[in-house]
Amino acid sequence: MPSPVIAAKLLTKKYKGFAAVDGISFEVEPGESFGLLGPNGAGKSTTMRMVGAVSTRTSGSLQILGLDPNEHGPEIRSQLGVVPQQDNLDMDLRVRDNLIVYGRYFGISTSACAAKADELLEFAQLSDRRKSKVDDLSGGMKRRLTIARSLMNDPKVLLLDEPTTGLDPQARHILWDRLFRLKEQGTTLLLTTHYMDEAEQLCDRIVVVDKGTIMAEGSPADLIRTYSTREVLELRFGSDNNATVATQMFGIGDRVEVLPDRILIYSNDGDGDLDRIHANGFTPVTSLVRRSSLEDVFLRLTGRSLIE
Amino acid sequence: MTVAIENASARAIAAGIKPRRYGSWYVAEHRIRGFRSYYKTLLFTAVGSPFMYLFALGVGLATLVDRQNALGGTSYLVFVAPALIASAAVTAAVEECTYPILMGFKWNPIFFGMNAAPISGAQIVNGIFIAVLARLLPTTLIYYLVMLVFGAVPSPLGVLDIPIAILTGMAFGLVIASYIATVEQDVGQPAFIQRFIVIPLFLFSGTFFPLTQMPIFLRWIGWISPLWHGTELGRVVSYGAVEPGWLTLVHVLYPIGLCVYGWRRTQVVVARRLNK
Amino acid sequence: MSANSDLAPMHPVRPVRKPRAGGIGSLYAGNSRSVIARGLLATRSSSWLIVLSGFFEPVFYLLSLGIGLGALVGSVSTSTGQPVSYAAFIAPALLAVSAMNGAIFDSTWNVFFKMQYARLYEAMLATSLGPLDVALGEIFLALLRGAVYATGFLIVMQVLGLNRSWTAILALPAVLLIAFGFASLGMAITSYMKTFQQMDWINFVMLPMFLFSATFYPLSVYPQAIQWLIQVLPLWHGVELVRGLTTGALSVAMIGHVLYYVVMIAVGLVFTTRRLRALFLD
Repeated sequence: MPSPVIAAKLLTKKYKGFAAVDGISFEVEPGESFGLLGPNGAGKSTTMRMVGAVSTRTSGSLQILGLDPNEHGPEIRSQLGVVPQQDNLDMDLRVRDNLIVYGRYFGISTSACAAKADELLEFAQLSDRRKSKVDDLSGGMKRRLTIARSLMNDPKVLLLDEPTTGLDPQARHILWDRLFRLKEQGTTLLLTTHYMDEAEQLCDRIVVVDKGTIMAEGSPADLIRTYSTREVLELRFGSDNNATVATQMFGIGDRVEVLPDRILIYSNDGDGDLDRIHANGFTPVTSLVRRSSLEDVFLRLTGRSLIE
Repeated sequence: MTVAIENASARAIAAGIKPRRYGSWYVAEHRIRGFRSYYKTLLFTAVGSPFMYLFALGVGLATLVDRQNALGGTSYLVFVAPALIASAAVTAAVEECTYPILMGFKWNPIFFGMNAAPISGAQIVNGIFIAVLARLLPTTLIYYLVMLVFGAVPSPLGVLDIPIAILTGMAFGLVIASYIATVEQDVGQPAFIQRFIVIPLFLFSGTFFPLTQMPIFLRWIGWISPLWHGTELGRVVSYGAVEPGWLTLVHVLYPIGLCVYGWRRTQVVVARRLNK
Repeated sequence: MSANSDLAPMHPVRPVRKPRAGGIGSLYAGNSRSVIARGLLATRSSSWLIVLSGFFEPVFYLLSLGIGLGALVGSVSTSTGQPVSYAAFIAPALLAVSAMNGAIFDSTWNVFFKMQYARLYEAMLATSLGPLDVALGEIFLALLRGAVYATGFLIVMQVLGLNRSWTAILALPAVLLIAFGFASLGMAITSYMKTFQQMDWINFVMLPMFLFSATFYPLSVYPQAIQWLIQVLPLWHGVELVRGLTTGALSVAMIGHVLYYVVMIAVGLVFTTRRLRALFLD
């Protein structure tokens, strides 16, 4: 077993008595792509800042690349690439200058920075915008520039906090493609997301976080197998009727969840269960059989939806 | 396989050396790059304002003051010039110590980006202050040259007006920076500082008339103002104004004290705000 | 204030003119008052200390230069040759300067910010408001603020015994005229500006005007050629007008100063209107 790149034990961060992160433990192996999945306010960003060696932990232990961030903040940060939730590019500088200036912070020479910047602009598909003002870039382009910036120092570990939040579907796919290439090149990825599709696309292993604690851990497939059924049957009887009808679904599926707009029936045979429901005389307005996702895992673990 | 992690640790330790040593300079370099986008304005201000102020006050207004011979033989131009160069340094320093810090946390939050790289909060503060110095140096140098053109500096020691003005500007700016760094909600504090601190101290620091013209119960405004200390010191070097030796020492030590306080305090505040 | 939003839609107090195509109608819906109402609400929610601070700035100058420096200067002659104390000499100039500064700030930086960054005007113009409603509303707000500051400053002058004649009361409308002139010109200039860097150039014009327009010493200090140059610039006319009124040194030239501002207001409004049409309607 290789030793972990990131090792957190009972990691805790308290703000005036309120525990934003409440004793979480996890390890990330070299080359692994590891996700923190949870709703807003779960403590993901705080965890990321502690791992990024910019926020001091209240208690617990934390080692990144075998070093403790309390003593070796700058050393750890020299090996990390950080993509924060909110882009913090320098609006006063142009696209290429943003990369060069950032590279300088790692002690890289200006000429090496310039060469690296051109290479990364190519990678981020921004070569034709090198002289643009940052303000004139689209949201997706700014995000790609932030990722390019985070790669200036050839990081061993890339921290991505909600990398695609707020982007349109096309921009997200371009970004996922770029991140997947990095993963193929052996970069360790630690990312937070509240999108289950993103977690499924990018992560080898996930921890589900809620209210500062870890609810479950495993690969996306493992988690679905453990905490959900193979299929989910989604039924709509109209907003006013869902709750009443749900109480009459005896013996169908493993478990029934009632949401305001629909009923979810967790089942290993969705089509069979749908036939049975019809046979029992119920006629849903719409019905749909789909595969279980991490959203269902989260609902099962916390009783709440990921995106509220 | 712990060898792999030990290698990684060793690489990190090696990569941390340069940023730890030179990080402040990288930040200063970044700021100075930012000057490029408005160097025309900076240059125009740096050259235009000494001509305008020295002409308006040192020549125009001087005709009114000098006919009274109110300053005991010293011409008003020579009297007011050290105050003007110090005021110019204060204006530039306050500007550079206000907006970059306010912006860096909020409107253009580059501090968080720097800090995610190996740069510490203290280094960010150092870098900004180095950039302030980089702006004050040409500003005061040009001012001094224009003073020479106007014949406003009788003594060769007057060249010390340059470092004195820079010290005055830094003392003012660094203390304001230590306050601005605490501002999380911008509700017009910069305008407030400008109107209730910078302008009153500019007007009541023995700049346009000797502090002794003011009633004794108002002179404390000058005593606490780095501008008064800088101006008085400037007068000593530029035309040999007479004052007790201990007072000259105070004029040197007080601004230095403010610089040290402002510098340390800003470092603490910035580091605390970055460590959320 | 008759903000329309407060009223039941069934009972409009005043019919709002619909914009017509071409002519001034396409720019003006006769509804500046809704812009004004918004401005007043925004003022109410901003810090009162900041609003108040605008009043103190000229007072600080008056106390420092008028009284502190005044002791070194003694008395000074007005342009009509009347000797007055130095404080009485610069106080009206500071009043005119503060009218200029306030009007220029409100019509340049403030308008520029709202136009380029806050996109406030875009939202306003998406309603039935025309660009001229917005421009007039903003100018009115600038004047209102200027009137409050000027009144305060005139009271300070009165307390310090610097109003030498009953005509000082006329300084209030004179200050509003000056402010209107600078606001309409400032807005015309702002409508041509694209970046903050360009906005800086406005300061480069303001500073020499502030220093050289017979604000701190009589114009007679300069050689004749420079005197003419300064007499072309607007602030000198404002300073002379207000100084004549507060010191009571009246002269026929004051009619010329008033006319100067009337022309300035007209020119400013014509350019603003023309430019707004180009920006928002073409």
